[in-house]
Amino acid sequence: MADLTRDDILKLARLSRIDLEDSEVASYLSEMAEIIKYVELLQSVDTTGLAPTAQVTGLTNVMREDETWDYGYPAHDLMKNVPATEKDQIRVKRMIG
Amino acid sequence: MSSVWMSVTKIASKVQAGELKATELVEQSLAMIAEKDEYRAIIATTSERARSRATEIDAKVANGETVGVLAGVPFIAKDNFLVFGAETTAASNILKGFDAPYQSTAVERLEAAGAICVAKANLDAFAHGSSTENSDFMVTKNPVDPTRVPGGSSGGSAAAVVLDLAPFALGTDTGGSIRLPASFCGAVGYKPTYGLVSRSGVVAMASSTDVIGPLTRTVEDAAVVMSVMAGKDRLDSTTIDSTPAEFLELTGELKGKKVGVIKEYMSEGLDAGVRARIEAAIAKMEEAGALVSEISLPSLPLALAAYYIICPAEVSSNLSRYDGQRYGYTYTEAENLSESFSKSRSIGFGKEAKRRIMIGTYVLSSGYYDAYYKKAQTVRTKLIQEFQGAFEQFDFLVGPVAPTPAFKIGENTADPLQMYLTDIMTVAVSLAGIPAVSIPAGLSDGLPVGLQIMAAQRKDKELLSVAQATGELLV
Repeated sequence: MADLTRDDILKLARLSRIDLEDSEVASYLSEMAEIIKYVELLQSVDTTGLAPTAQVTGLTNVMREDETWDYGYPAHDLMKNVPATEKDQIRVKRMIG
Repeated sequence: MSSVWMSVTKIASKVQAGELKATELVEQSLAMIAEKDEYRAIIATTSERARSRATEIDAKVANGETVGVLAGVPFIAKDNFLVFGAETTAASNILKGFDAPYQSTAVERLEAAGAICVAKANLDAFAHGSSTENSDFMVTKNPVDPTRVPGGSSGGSAAAVVLDLAPFALGTDTGGSIRLPASFCGAVGYKPTYGLVSRSGVVAMASSTDVIGPLTRTVEDAAVVMSVMAGKDRLDSTTIDSTPAEFLELTGELKGKKVGVIKEYMSEGLDAGVRARIEAAIAKMEEAGALVSEISLPSLPLALAAYYIICPAEVSSNLSRYDGQRYGYTYTEAENLSESFSKSRSIGFGKEAKRRIMIGTYVLSSGYYDAYYKKAQTVRTKLIQEFQGAFEQFDFLVGPVAPTPAFKIGENTADPLQMYLTDIMTVAVSLAGIPAVSIPAGLSDGLPVGLQIMAAQRKDKELLSVAQATGELLV
């Protein structure tokens, strides 16, 4: 694997919607490079013929009837932590321009 | 362990009989919390709501009504459980001020059985950590030695139980976050089979391994709490079919049980004092009739690397919901939506959350997905197969919970990888989704050491039965 670079950290931060201070970039770079180097231990493992596991108890595509039920809480209550609302809807900043 | 509290069953029966008042129990718990504040185990109390619930329960008893198997029993929830009566912060700045609009299923079920939540316990922010030093608010101290960490991430919950703040506490375990603090503080910490308890209303960390479980003084208490919390929930589609009532029928007997000692967990690098306690515990199991032999699971040394790919990948996905728009911290001065997202996240998240988000983003990115994430999930299959093979030969597997007892506060904070290595003996269980429990196995230089006992998926009742029997030998 290629070594992690300063540009990689900046790109990952941008993709993650996190702004990093200049002073933070170097420490993230050295810490993450060390962590990535450690997990690369797996590259040498022979996993021929094995499928990846994402779910451990064998449940897949759990379905239910497409019906509503009364959850017991008014929509207004569920909105009480929203920073900005208008008529019980979430108000966000302008997206374009 | 001596305690001001009786067993949860005894407390509940005395409340039901009118011999103890729920209101007195709540006051006792709140008084203990105030008295032991210097340990910083508690973020906030839910005192007002707890008192009013206690009054209701006492009134029901006076009225001749049946309250439940946990009637009047106070408990403490890790602060990543949605609970009424106090903020739910997950010990993170970004969730400061969050007022739960509904309660977690686990807490709802405990309340329905008469239990009373009195406080929220400290944790590593978003449960990211192994020492509770990564809380955005404060560092919890180990009750046995306040210069040391309580372990993490359920460090506040484990400390709360050992400090007698309440008869039991709730934790979450994603890579060892119940078992490790239980081991470091000297509590019982039980991580159930994946899917046994609903995670609805609990702040998500890594969804393919997150589980909920109790921290208690005794295995019996853990079983009673589980009999209430476990079971399918339509609000969490990963919950599995089970029969929670079986937890009330532990049948602890070691005679004839096949116990495998995990070779990889007893190898070099294990602290001599920890080794001595674990070997002594295993010897006692053998004396009581267990058939003990060594077993090797050769892929175990790979588990931590697989975990620290899978966990940050899932963390990066789960934490994407903190965007400053729907709840949590929001940067109000932003010019546009994009700036609002990034400023809210940059100011709101702590360093470890950001680190895990970026590692997760890296291992999931298109050029690296196969090499990291898919590879880790395939190594996970290998681990699961080795556990399955081991459980064809053995009823239970045993080993330490961690390579050392509790370390000093500040000892590992400068080196994230060193901190991750604390989880080296707990993450494999999480990746395989099997149940495991940490029970106190004595002290090494005055510090608690936990014995980890593991069982095959869904053998939770058998696991707690043998843990109870073993625990009695270690008192």
